[in-house]
Amino acid sequence: MSGQDPIAAFRVEAGELLDATEQALLDLSHDLESRALIDTVFRGMHTLKGSGAMFGFDALAAFTHHCETTFDSVRKGLIPATAELVALTLAAMDHMRTLVDDRDGSSASAVGEDLLARLHALLGNAHASAATLSDGEEASRVGPAASCLGHQSWHVTFRLPSDALTNGTNPLILLDELRDLGGTNLAVDLSAVPPLDELDPTQCHLGWALDLPASVTREEIEDVFIFVIDDMELSIEAIGNQAEAVGTSGDALPASEDLPIKNSSQVVPVAEARGSPLSRPASESVRVPADRLDLLMDRVGELVIVQSRLAQLTSNGVSGPAGELALRSISEEVERLANELRDTMMVLRMVPIASLFGRFRRLVHDLARETGKSIELETDGESTEIDKTVSERLADPIVHLIRNSCDHGLETEEDRIAAGKSPSGRLRLSAQQAGGEVLITIEDDGRGISRERVRAKAEANGLIQPGQVLSDSELLQLIFQPGFSTASQITNLSGRGVGMDVVKRTIEGLRGNIDMTSEPGKGSVITLRIPLTLAIIDGLLVRVGNGKYVIPLAAVEECLELSLEEDIRSRGRSMIQLRERLVPFLRLRELFATGTRPDPYQKIVVIATGGERVGLVVDQIIGSHQTVIKSMSSLHRSIPSFSGATILGDGGVALILDVVQLVALGQSHEERLRAAG
Amino acid sequence: MQQDENLAAGSATPWDDNGQLEVLTFDVGDERLAVEAVSIREILDLLPETPVPGAPDLVASVVNFRGKIIPIADLRVAFGMPRNPAEEAHPDHRIVVIETEIDGEPLQIGLRSDKVHEVTILDRADSSEPPVLGMRWRREFVRELVRQPGSVIVIPNLPTIFTSLAEAA
Repeated sequence: MSGQDPIAAFRVEAGELLDATEQALLDLSHDLESRALIDTVFRGMHTLKGSGAMFGFDALAAFTHHCETTFDSVRKGLIPATAELVALTLAAMDHMRTLVDDRDGSSASAVGEDLLARLHALLGNAHASAATLSDGEEASRVGPAASCLGHQSWHVTFRLPSDALTNGTNPLILLDELRDLGGTNLAVDLSAVPPLDELDPTQCHLGWALDLPASVTREEIEDVFIFVIDDMELSIEAIGNQAEAVGTSGDALPASEDLPIKNSSQVVPVAEARGSPLSRPASESVRVPADRLDLLMDRVGELVIVQSRLAQLTSNGVSGPAGELALRSISEEVERLANELRDTMMVLRMVPIASLFGRFRRLVHDLARETGKSIELETDGESTEIDKTVSERLADPIVHLIRNSCDHGLETEEDRIAAGKSPSGRLRLSAQQAGGEVLITIEDDGRGISRERVRAKAEANGLIQPGQVLSDSELLQLIFQPGFSTASQITNLSGRGVGMDVVKRTIEGLRGNIDMTSEPGKGSVITLRIPLTLAIIDGLLVRVGNGKYVIPLAAVEECLELSLEEDIRSRGRSMIQLRERLVPFLRLRELFATGTRPDPYQKIVVIATGGERVGLVVDQIIGSHQTVIKSMSSLHRSIPSFSGATILGDGGVALILDVVQLVALGQSHEERLRAAG
Repeated sequence: MQQDENLAAGSATPWDDNGQLEVLTFDVGDERLAVEAVSIREILDLLPETPVPGAPDLVASVVNFRGKIIPIADLRVAFGMPRNPAEEAHPDHRIVVIETEIDGEPLQIGLRSDKVHEVTILDRADSSEPPVLGMRWRREFVRELVRQPGSVIVIPNLPTIFTSLAEAA
């Protein structure tokens, strides 16, 4: 814990607490009678209030206090839990999030006041008595602090627990903090230092005394000692005389007699003074289950053992068959460990997709209210794990897809009944792992995608020629074209015509794929195929001229041989026939200008993204290759054909082909040919 | 002492207070170049290079440098020298790995060199800014020329060379 900013830690924890409480609230909206859920919500708020106050988030604590009081009334059966209350509380949770980010909350206090007013209105008389009670409580809580105000300075004496140094507490840091608060007249108390022969240097024998100005609050002083306060001796005495000493902080505290909400906004000066040096952005952190760390530790331990074996072997000299055998066994051991370390390391970066899905429950809840439709969200496969970075980058595209489904896909209640469906629309979000990929499907049982409207729209936007023959999947792929939107009415949910192409690009940026099927009247299914990790992929190693290249295996459909006569025949058109379909192909040898003669038996690797296929003509297919992706320097990043590079077993470098770019290149090549002939 | 310190933005040679600069000197083609010793990371024997199709001539290939993929630059392109026609490896050939900052991003680049000489101290008194006339090279590519007995050492302006030749492509 030492070294970590406690405020940042609180923010992380509060975020998780809010998430959990929000989930409970959403569950509660389906089951308003559940006592367990009401208790969970109440406990969540209670904890938030307590820890908020402890870390100086006074606005948050004050605001949360009222929501907590409300749920206390619900818990005691004074008022019923209603859908309206849940919705209002959800809005209040949003406000709490603001207050967690923005400690003084001054920018949003109007929102808070409005929310509280609505809560009060909702609770009516049942709440009135509780409110006065709570105000009384608050006043008494603040009371002692207020009574300490009439003084000129503080005299603080403290002595750390004797084991403080072993626990990682650094008294120098504490003293620095006290100095920052304006501490003066620092004196060391050496009375407890034992004679030299009994001195244990790992124990803390010193005590300190110092004076602090009155402008510092008691809480601020206690904050300095927050991690040791339970075990230490600390006395904080107010010294000097009353009267004129009502200083800067004096303005803030008498407000506690006022309405609590005003109180929260007026505590600002103190909070600001304290908050400013700490308001730097929190660095990103990952929570790792301890057993995974243990696993990693085991592997590292084994690695150290193997290393010492190797050192021993080299010092004894590797000679004779016995030495060679020993060396070989070490090599195998290292190989196994490297594999295991890689796997363990990758697992460390994995988070269950539940954290991602959790956010969408709230979204669907809000969307249902906004559109007036009744929508049920089902989730499945929430324990599927996915790389943390991938999970974060997936959030926005999925939000967009869900909005589209709710807005365009699902019908209103009347339309659904007229179509003979259940009154409430069903949205299903599921995840499953398949090989090195995670499949995420977003499925709705709405009206499906109208091919006629897609076609009409694409023709109107000039994406296709009128009457152009397109396969069904080609037609559906049009939705992902830039500037395409089928909503004839623009709502604030979706329909701005930006989005689906951005979704597609984001997914492809994660080296994933997006596929869509849709049955008119029955609904649509969108499938996202996302690789498990961004760092390592399975690749197909090929040779073009003298260079070696890696094609991501996930994109490879099949490998064929390009016979000599077919090669000659196809000179003019660069198309091959593949099961009744013409597939354009690119001669990588020409594209990369290798200046070498083609191998007599060239191969075609057919790659695909979405429904589009392109063949790549290579000289030789070497085989599959576990590819650790390395990025290229900024000097090479603008070259479109490559997405990165990797290091081969012999230390050489192979470039990784950018499948999306090559397919686009092949398709435009094909279009030029079509246009020409 | 007649240099104009503000030849171009970012091109000031970091002479120390005594007007000296520690550099590594090496040959590229017929010219002897000098790069500040502090920016040198390593001097390598030739490594197997991987050409990058479609890359600018200046940085036409990459190598594996301790697990990182770094570009290999051929400064002959910047100074209009004929590229080694046979591309034959000579035992003196080396790759000088430098670290420089381009567009605010630190970047390691390998410079192909025909022969690496020594780490030496250059004196500001011997240096002059590139002449306006009489040079085959683009003037902004040269930060300073330093006279030595019997020769001239060129201090190239690497950030300018890389931004104009590598990123324009």
